[in-house]
Amino acid sequence: MTELKTELKEKIIEILNLEDISISDIDDNDALFGDGLGLDSIDALELIVMLDKDFGIQLTDPKEGKEIFKSISVLAAYIDAHRSK
Amino acid sequence: MKKCYIHSAVSISAQHSFESSGFELHSISGKKVEAIHPNYKEFISPIALRRMATGVKMGVAAATKALQIANLEQPDAILTGTGMGCIEDTEKFLNAIIANEEEFLTPTAFIQSTHNTVGAQIALSLKCKTYNNTYVHGALSFESALMDAQLMLQQNEATNILVGGVDELGAEIIDAVRLMEDKTSDGINLPFGEGASFFVLSSEMKNEGIELIDVQSFSAISTETIHEKIQEFLNLNELSFLDIDGLVLGNNGDAFDTYYDNLIAHFPETIPNICYKQWSGEFYTASAFGLFVASEIFRKNEIPQNWFKNKPSKSEMKTLLLYNQFKGRDHSFILLRRC
Repeated sequence: MTELKTELKEKIIEILNLEDISISDIDDNDALFGDGLGLDSIDALELIVMLDKDFGIQLTDPKEGKEIFKSISVLAAYIDAHRSK
Repeated sequence: MKKCYIHSAVSISAQHSFESSGFELHSISGKKVEAIHPNYKEFISPIALRRMATGVKMGVAAATKALQIANLEQPDAILTGTGMGCIEDTEKFLNAIIANEEEFLTPTAFIQSTHNTVGAQIALSLKCKTYNNTYVHGALSFESALMDAQLMLQQNEATNILVGGVDELGAEIIDAVRLMEDKTSDGINLPFGEGASFFVLSSEMKNEGIELIDVQSFSAISTETIHEKIQEFLNLNELSFLDIDGLVLGNNGDAFDTYYDNLIAHFPETIPNICYKQWSGEFYTASAFGLFVASEIFRKNEIPQNWFKNKPSKSEMKTLLLYNQFKGRDHSFILLRRC
């Protein structure tokens, strides 16, 4: 799980071009949206595409995303349980 | 009809032109030359900056500084010219379509790949809801924006307008164009470049300002009649060849430089002239850098003699004529006068 969390942090930094942020800056339980990393709705779309492309997870219910993208820990747990890649 | 004045001129280019104090021009070489980028964090919030491609960053930073110098918070219009638009994100987006077999398309590059992204991002950063237009007409893109601005000011539809030209190199298409140019012996003989030059134009005169007297463009002119067109343009503004103190020209070393040679032949032999693309490289809105160079000539207390072929003999330059064309098409004349 720790490996997956690190991989997710690397992907988020790369895909969302978070130039000034390193893996160590993102706590596993930090909020990704709002007060934490400050991601927005366009970032959410990028993350949904990442889930589909890299882990074979298709999110069909937008409400689901709100819960899944809560933090790295929650996201990693969801991927671990649902991944097909 | 109101007049049109240039209140500020800012350029990000292959030169150290963005620096506030006087800058020295240096020669450039190679197949393509990137712009010298300032610290964008001084002008753009980190949240906005992370999504911006090179052209958007250059455009927003140059526009922001142009407004600062002109002491203007909100322009009455934002007019942008770009030949290739946001080619960097267009390439990224198209490559992603191919790589992912038309699946998994991400939004950011697509959203920012449109030609009007620069004008839109400037407006967003200023929260400016006034007239905002982007002109995409090859090598006349910047001039089209300039003409729109001049018309608005003349007709009293606006008092202060932000106008600029921006193009970025991108990563791939430019290399294909370079290969095609290099295949012929009379192709473009300068590096391809990139840059953003923005200006605040105003109908209000300032002391020691610059007046934009006139702008004209033509799709096509023959090499034999270029001087006639210039003469008509000068006559329209009650000037003759002898009234022009210097020429600012868009030579790029290709076979179509004969247009510039034919034009110079009709001016006095000693007419000082500048070929600005040797410092900026060639790109569709390089003429905006040309206008920046002309503005700098007026702004400097002393004429930068070493910029010119044929050193200026007069102690003061009052009237400059800018001429640019691309591949024998998209001809533009810009006439400037020191107030």
